Amino acid sequence: MNVTEWMPFIVLIPLIAGPICILLPGQRLPWLLAMLSAASALIIAGFTFAEVITNGTLRYAFGNWQPPIGIEYRVDAANAFVALLITGMASIMLAWGKPTVDVEIPERQSSFYALFLLAFAGLLGITLTGDIFNVFVFLEISSLATYALIAHGQDRRALVAAFRYLMMGTVGATFLLIGIGFLYIMTGTLNMMELAERLPALADSRATQVGLAFIVVGFSIKLALFPMHHWLPNAYTYAPSLVTAFLAATATKVALYVLLRFVFTVFAPDYSDAAMPLAIAFAVLAIAGMFAGSWIAIFQKNLKRLLAYSSVAQVGYMVLGASFVTVVGVTASFLHLFNHGLIKGALFMAAGIVFHQIGSARLEDMRGLGRVMPWTLTGFALAGLSLIGIPPTVGFVSKWYLISAAIDAGQTWIVVLILISSLLAVVYIAKLIELFWMQPRPADSPVVQEASPALLIPLWLMVFANFYFGIDTRLTVGGATAAAQAILGVPVGGLP
Amino acid sequence: MLDWIPTVSPLSVVLIPFIGAALIALAASRPFLRDLFCWLTPIPFFIAVLGQLPNVLAGAGGTQALVALLPGLEIGFAIKPLGMMFALLASTLWLLATPYALGYLKHAGHSNIGRFMACYAIALGAAAGIAFSENLLTLYIFYEILSISTYPLVAHSGDKTSRDGARTYIALLLVTSVGLMLPAMVWIWQATGTLSFTSGGILSGEMLSPAAGALLLVLLLFGIGKAALMPFHRWLPAAMVAPTPVSALLHAVAVVKAGVFSVLTVVLYIFGLDYIVTLATHPFMLYLAVFTMLAASLVAIQQDNLKARLAYSTVSQLAYIVTGALLAVDLAAIGGGMHMLMHGFGKITLFFCAGAIYLGSGIKTISAMDGLGRRMPVTMIAFFIGALCVIGLPPTGGFWSKLYLVTGAWSAGHYVVVGAFMLSTLLNIGYLLPPVMRAFLKPPADEQKIAKAKEAPLLCLIPLSLTALGTIVLFFAAGAAFNLLSPAIP
Repeated sequence: MNVTEWMPFIVLIPLIAGPICILLPGQRLPWLLAMLSAASALIIAGFTFAEVITNGTLRYAFGNWQPPIGIEYRVDAANAFVALLITGMASIMLAWGKPTVDVEIPERQSSFYALFLLAFAGLLGITLTGDIFNVFVFLEISSLATYALIAHGQDRRALVAAFRYLMMGTVGATFLLIGIGFLYIMTGTLNMMELAERLPALADSRATQVGLAFIVVGFSIKLALFPMHHWLPNAYTYAPSLVTAFLAATATKVALYVLLRFVFTVFAPDYSDAAMPLAIAFAVLAIAGMFAGSWIAIFQKNLKRLLAYSSVAQVGYMVLGASFVTVVGVTASFLHLFNHGLIKGALFMAAGIVFHQIGSARLEDMRGLGRVMPWTLTGFALAGLSLIGIPPTVGFVSKWYLISAAIDAGQTWIVVLILISSLLAVVYIAKLIELFWMQPRPADSPVVQEASPALLIPLWLMVFANFYFGIDTRLTVGGATAAAQAILGVPVGGLP
Repeated sequence: MLDWIPTVSPLSVVLIPFIGAALIALAASRPFLRDLFCWLTPIPFFIAVLGQLPNVLAGAGGTQALVALLPGLEIGFAIKPLGMMFALLASTLWLLATPYALGYLKHAGHSNIGRFMACYAIALGAAAGIAFSENLLTLYIFYEILSISTYPLVAHSGDKTSRDGARTYIALLLVTSVGLMLPAMVWIWQATGTLSFTSGGILSGEMLSPAAGALLLVLLLFGIGKAALMPFHRWLPAAMVAPTPVSALLHAVAVVKAGVFSVLTVVLYIFGLDYIVTLATHPFMLYLAVFTMLAASLVAIQQDNLKARLAYSTVSQLAYIVTGALLAVDLAAIGGGMHMLMHGFGKITLFFCAGAIYLGSGIKTISAMDGLGRRMPVTMIAFFIGALCVIGLPPTGGFWSKLYLVTGAWSAGHYVVVGAFMLSTLLNIGYLLPPVMRAFLKPPADEQKIAKAKEAPLLCLIPLSLTALGTIVLFFAAGAAFNLLSPAIP
């Protein structure tokens, strides 16, 4: 099989399946189509990843129009790694989420799944393309679909949340478009590789610097980097469970990837740092986010919102790794990008199951729930341990790498900050575990049953993955290292 | 003598309690099946641990590399003499603690026995994992599993007091291990490229600046919070809100011994005795351990609650072992290793007795124990023997370990430490013998309460008699422990 020919279908399958999905009647067929598209995209992404790791970069020019005229898909270890995460997460979330969708969105499911596929295709398109205008187009596809998906939430506040995200997301996309415009005016190309070649000559140009600034801010909004995170908690809280779980595991990860792609590949690492103090800015915002997110999470009274603020903190960890501008640091970023997808995916799936069973995400309705729903909440607790970073889980591997990167970069004081902020995660997870198990179930609480195996099996697969990749780290650490080398332009095998 | 026992791989030994825990948890709603698994799990575990002994005695303990967690950093097992002794101690006492725990929980009317016994088993599996670790990372993994698995046990009764106690417990253990031990470990790995336990240590003056080495010692000794070095000892008294079987097996044996075992291992195999004495913070940490030993004894004397007194006594006795390790001479290190064993038997006896007294009479405080000896003679005699062992008087095993500790301190020229050992022994007498004397010599303070008291059920009484007997057996069998340990110290 020629992987290069198949690779574009990772994006094309969901993109084409989306419109078809609208035409399908009923509840079963649209879901089936979405599931099949995600699974086939996953299979192709798996082959692509294997091919890229062994044989290096794949390139595909659409319509055989060679760049710079045509759009080129350019897949190296970094995008292949992220594409693998997105397709894997979409597959498992769809396999899990059907019962929750049946309850939360009883009507017009075909348009819901169509929007889901479009958001999915958009994220993949951002990841795989090698053309910066194409990045903008796919960003808009995925964002518009996501706004609509969030608005599907049962709670009327979902509409406000979607609107807020729409405002913030549009500002971000506009900033991005302005930045891309600046770069195009200066260089006359939209292809990432050609930009990388032409930009060093224009390093001193104020227009280039402004372009970079617009792009960084634009993506930081999509990434929910503190303090540009305001859209995220509401969006995650009120969106349908399936959407929340999927977005939490993928959307911010894609934004981080593409931000790093711009900062490190399109602009050279040392340029981005020289033009503006990006490394310092990232480090400061990341650390502020780590503390603020965790701190706010401690006081939340809604499970989904608590996890959302925890995500704001975790984005901080990912950005912090990249701010060291070393191979180890960016490896830590990519590693946590993947691992946090697994962790938050599992946590939001468990939260979704709880919401499905008790019809509420408020913590006070969950007192003593551990004895009633032992399988769901044991899964939640184990994923929580992974979030804290207890070995042998993926969270531990992430933390190990992040601390290594900080020591390696000579930033010992950052180690201290990482450790203190990760102890904040202990506080909110321990609070939840205590609430679920150590408190008695109020006598007047409604009768609740454990969820069906259809919901539990995917959750436990995800929990198992948290432990499996915490012990067998070949795929994650290997992939993240290759991704970091690819994005920093270090030749494969040239690890210092 | 032990040749008939098959030697299985170290991983299989560690997995037995985990499998047992899974079975117990799955059978939680069927009391008969659940109890059956509780009874059965410690037996194959004990036999499997015992099966490792011949190889360790022959100087070739089992080794097993599992997976590379990170490039160049493997999770693996290598059974060394010290770990062998810890595993033997934990597995032997688990055999006795299981009937005690079941008897206690049922008699005291606790619910959620399935969850309790499953976590109990996981804790023992984690202890075995710690004992058999080949490197610091493996040790750390099981160390954290041990912390997490004991949290539900401490919070078991679920009322506000136990939730608060459990919160202090888990917070202190996680803050120290995540905040101090983890960065120390990453740092050592960055500096040396290995975390394997090696005879003579892996750190040396060439690899690290003097300041870095000194800081690492502080980070690791405080980071191993389970060793309860002051000021990070508060979790141990806090853990006393747990049902007594937890205090007995876990907070007198498995958890705290895991702490001092980690300290001994880190001192012997990460720093090395030669390197550690060159560190600037070494005298400070040594005298902090001595201070903990004395201060905890002084606090123990003030406690009227029997379990609280025993808890502070444990803090003090753990500091003996840390002191033994930090004296950095072979005799003291061996003495520290032996004291793990002797104190384990002695203190579990005392806790078993404390639980039996509570079950038999409802008494929790020492001042209420007057005249109890006549109603509960077996328990109080066992308490007396256990107390002798913790104090370090013949004919109990505690005598030998303390003798080696004092001899070691003398040979190292630390006469202040020798004096502190002596003073602390006097304090031990001061807080452990009064309960016995009150029980046997004073007339009952509360006639009605004492008159209603009776011996605890046999499921509790037999284990505590056996462990008391064990301390006496160890007096005569101490040579075997010495021979097992002496190759461990270069």
